[in-house]
Amino acid sequence: MVPLSYYLVLSALLFAIGVAGFLVKRNIITIFMCIELMLNGVNLAFVAFANQYNLIEGNVFVFFVMVVAAAEAAVGLAIIISVFRTRETLNVDQVNLLKL
Amino acid sequence: MQLVLFIVVAAICMVAALNLVIQKHPIGSALSLIVVMGSLAVLYLLLGAEFVFVIQLIVYAGAIMVLFVFVIMLLNAGEEARTRGSRVAVLFGVPAVIALVALVAWVFARKALPDAVESTTFHGSVQIVAQQLFTRFLLPFEVTSVLILIAIMGAVVLARRDN
Repeated sequence: MVPLSYYLVLSALLFAIGVAGFLVKRNIITIFMCIELMLNGVNLAFVAFANQYNLIEGNVFVFFVMVVAAAEAAVGLAIIISVFRTRETLNVDQVNLLKL
Repeated sequence: MQLVLFIVVAAICMVAALNLVIQKHPIGSALSLIVVMGSLAVLYLLLGAEFVFVIQLIVYAGAIMVLFVFVIMLLNAGEEARTRGSRVAVLFGVPAVIALVALVAWVFARKALPDAVESTTFHGSVQIVAQQLFTRFLLPFEVTSVLILIAIMGAVVLARRDN
């Protein structure tokens, strides 16, 4: 038997590493991957609580989170391609204007 | 036995997550993210969430990561450049994250959580999840299909070459 707090600590650490990467990394694709890492950390907490309290809703929520993450990845990567076409760079420091 | 499995998988997960941030080349980060998602899938199985385990492997480790690797190759992304902005980010980012971890750890230490996760009694099998999904969560389920449709069309419009 694994204590619930172990899962929650792992989930919090994954989320924190995601935040750290989001702040430190300069490559727009890697920043996007760090967002996915944060979503995964939250999903782990959902599943752990679902197991602890014997509620299936936690698993259903994870399903919806994954659907939204998939939609977000598709649109986000399309935006990255579009940004790269106009700016010729993936460095976020050089992408500081809203207009193309 | 379960505890040993958890510790091994969690260690793999943490190392891969740290590697994601440390790696300079995006393709290295993408491959470590696949390892993170695979190890999380094992943890989901350990928690009795069979449906989530399968979805994690198919959707996350499969579809989404293929999309990432594809875009990295398409844009021929090279190593990330060090700039003045990145030093500022490290200066402020690392203390902020340490504060975040300390805050979360304090909350967990303060709050008395139930002891053990009963992975034998809980089964998030496909049948049970589907039953909930098509009865109580039918409306959100249908709305997500619209969301996916909009996302597909949005991706096509955004990535299309202007003539």
